Amino acid sequence: MNDHLRHLYREMLRIRRFEERCVELYSATKIRGFLHLCIGEEAVAVGVMAALDPDDRVASTYREHGHALARGVPIRSVMAEMYGKMEGCSRGRGGSMHLFDTSVGLYGGNAIVAGGLPLTIGMGLADRLTGRPIVNVALFGDGALAEGEFHESMNLAALWNLPVLFACENNRYAMGTALSKTHAETDLAARAAGYGMPAETVDGMDVVAVEEATRRAVDSIRAGEGPRFIEFLTYRFRAHSMYDPDRYRESTEVEEWKERDPIARLAEQLIDDGVIDQESIDAIEAEIERELDDAVEFAEAGTLEPVEDLTRFVLTEVPT
Amino acid sequence: MTAQPTTQPATTRTTGHTGTPDTTKIAVDGAPASTGTMTYREAMRAALREALTDDDRVFLMGEDVGSYGGCFAVSLGLLEEFGPDRIRDTPLSESGFVGAGIGAAMVGMRPIVEIMTVNFSLLALDQIMNNAATLQHMSGGQIQVPIVIRMTTGAGRQLAAQHSHSLEGWFAHIPGIKVIAPATADDARWMLREALADPDPVLLFEHGSLYNVKGEVGATPEIPGIERAAIRRPGRDVSIITYGGTLRTCLDAADLLADQGIDAEVIDLRSLRPLDDATIMASVGRTHRAVIVDEGWRSGSISAEISARITEQAFYALDAPVGRVCSEEVPVPYAQHLEAATLPSVDKIVKAVHEAMEP
Repeated sequence: MNDHLRHLYREMLRIRRFEERCVELYSATKIRGFLHLCIGEEAVAVGVMAALDPDDRVASTYREHGHALARGVPIRSVMAEMYGKMEGCSRGRGGSMHLFDTSVGLYGGNAIVAGGLPLTIGMGLADRLTGRPIVNVALFGDGALAEGEFHESMNLAALWNLPVLFACENNRYAMGTALSKTHAETDLAARAAGYGMPAETVDGMDVVAVEEATRRAVDSIRAGEGPRFIEFLTYRFRAHSMYDPDRYRESTEVEEWKERDPIARLAEQLIDDGVIDQESIDAIEAEIERELDDAVEFAEAGTLEPVEDLTRFVLTEVPT
Repeated sequence: MTAQPTTQPATTRTTGHTGTPDTTKIAVDGAPASTGTMTYREAMRAALREALTDDDRVFLMGEDVGSYGGCFAVSLGLLEEFGPDRIRDTPLSESGFVGAGIGAAMVGMRPIVEIMTVNFSLLALDQIMNNAATLQHMSGGQIQVPIVIRMTTGAGRQLAAQHSHSLEGWFAHIPGIKVIAPATADDARWMLREALADPDPVLLFEHGSLYNVKGEVGATPEIPGIERAAIRRPGRDVSIITYGGTLRTCLDAADLLADQGIDAEVIDLRSLRPLDDATIMASVGRTHRAVIVDEGWRSGSISAEISARITEQAFYALDAPVGRVCSEEVPVPYAQHLEAATLPSVDKIVKAVHEAMEP
């Protein structure tokens, strides 16, 4: 158990440091495009992924660095993707918003809000038709609840009793607009329950609570009991993207949420419980630092895909 | 970690066709004939039945495809034959069930998704364009989406502005998908099968006026391959280039022109993406004149694309400007005479050919 808690801590810290490194690299113009950071939301990524089996599948959003790393996409290939290199997990064709690695069941970052949800319905339907005991996880934000695709997908999953977990990362803002400004009913779990599936709200700043809730849901889904919805209450500490001046929320609100930082919170608890000491934390930090240096080195040394290959992967290459 | 189930390459169907399709013309045991003279609807149904019989990965999903038998009765009887798991009625959630088809295709199934009409496909555009067409590329080749999306298209039945669109030309704009439009019973019978064998998303457009039209269906495809255009009527004087619902109109126009001493060649594109440039250019190279007939609106249409390609690739073969007969730039009206005035007609085609003959 203690090993597992240390693992959860390390995973969250690794995501945090990865994204902080990405900010530096973005400022240095090594990384371009959009960069949506999940700093503050790491407990959801790590807790959810800790509860899944290797064969399970995940369809994620454009804020998915944490999901990808926690799911087991090699950090080198994620960093190379940020660099747009061929060694990237999507060969440099996807970038920050479209990390794919089907070998670990990551079916993409999707940059259309709620756009990945119908895909999980289809994957779940395929599993039901073929009798595979796989759980398909749709990760999405609170903004997705305003989209038709969310409601269509919820209905289909419940109607067809599909093995789908709807995992909502409620960080309270759809880009720069607060939930309360855009939703008549802000109790998201209550709305989800209207589709006839169990729905609950969980503290998304507590990695242990996230994992436990996910595990309960996943066990039930795998047992054939149909889809479930979990709302994880969380918060992004940084702006929506590198372009966002963050004018729409009070700095006091951000500071209040930072008091609940999932990484600091777990560290404090583990130190209090004697599970970890400062020396071990420093060692973990140093390990991650080395891992990141290696990933950056790998990405820097990566290959730019030849322009002659530009139109590959538009259609399937049929061997001649 | 264990590898995820992946889609099969096009060449390895789990229970592939044997190459010896049933050639029984008359049902001996009550089973419907799969060759011989039949309607376009029956031919499409025969194709669906064959696909469902031959490949466990195939299922049909859409609004009213089951108990109702399909809005245009294409899938009538298939629910009884294959059951509700494989003939799957959906709610009115075009984006949801088209996306579900894409998701199922991503992990090894061969879904056939029916969108009742092209008009409702607009509600599923996000899934078609942002997912089906892009997933392979965005993922650097990790994902294939072997889905077939069927839908009825076209006007001519006094269904007014929201039920008369011809948007296949729009879809043909999108890299990452294929767009086909079978115009004959034989193509209805065989192009679905070829679309299912294709590893990429195929959108299949069925013009609503075709379902009751009878034609000969052979034991093998008259025209093999979904990407090839067909010369439906050879001619020396002018190339009339069309597809789908206006093929019959063009053939009728060609008959009338023959009486007037003009020998028109009629090309059925069959595929709008990719376009069979070789067949088009070879024809124009012989006739030196081209008229394109397209039920879509003229501006930014597939006819505009074809015209551009002819000027790019066969400009010096032309003896006259490329002519076009398209729908008038108006939402399709209800009143019968106004609708008729909106759409391509034999008269309009004959007039356009005369203009091409005497520029």
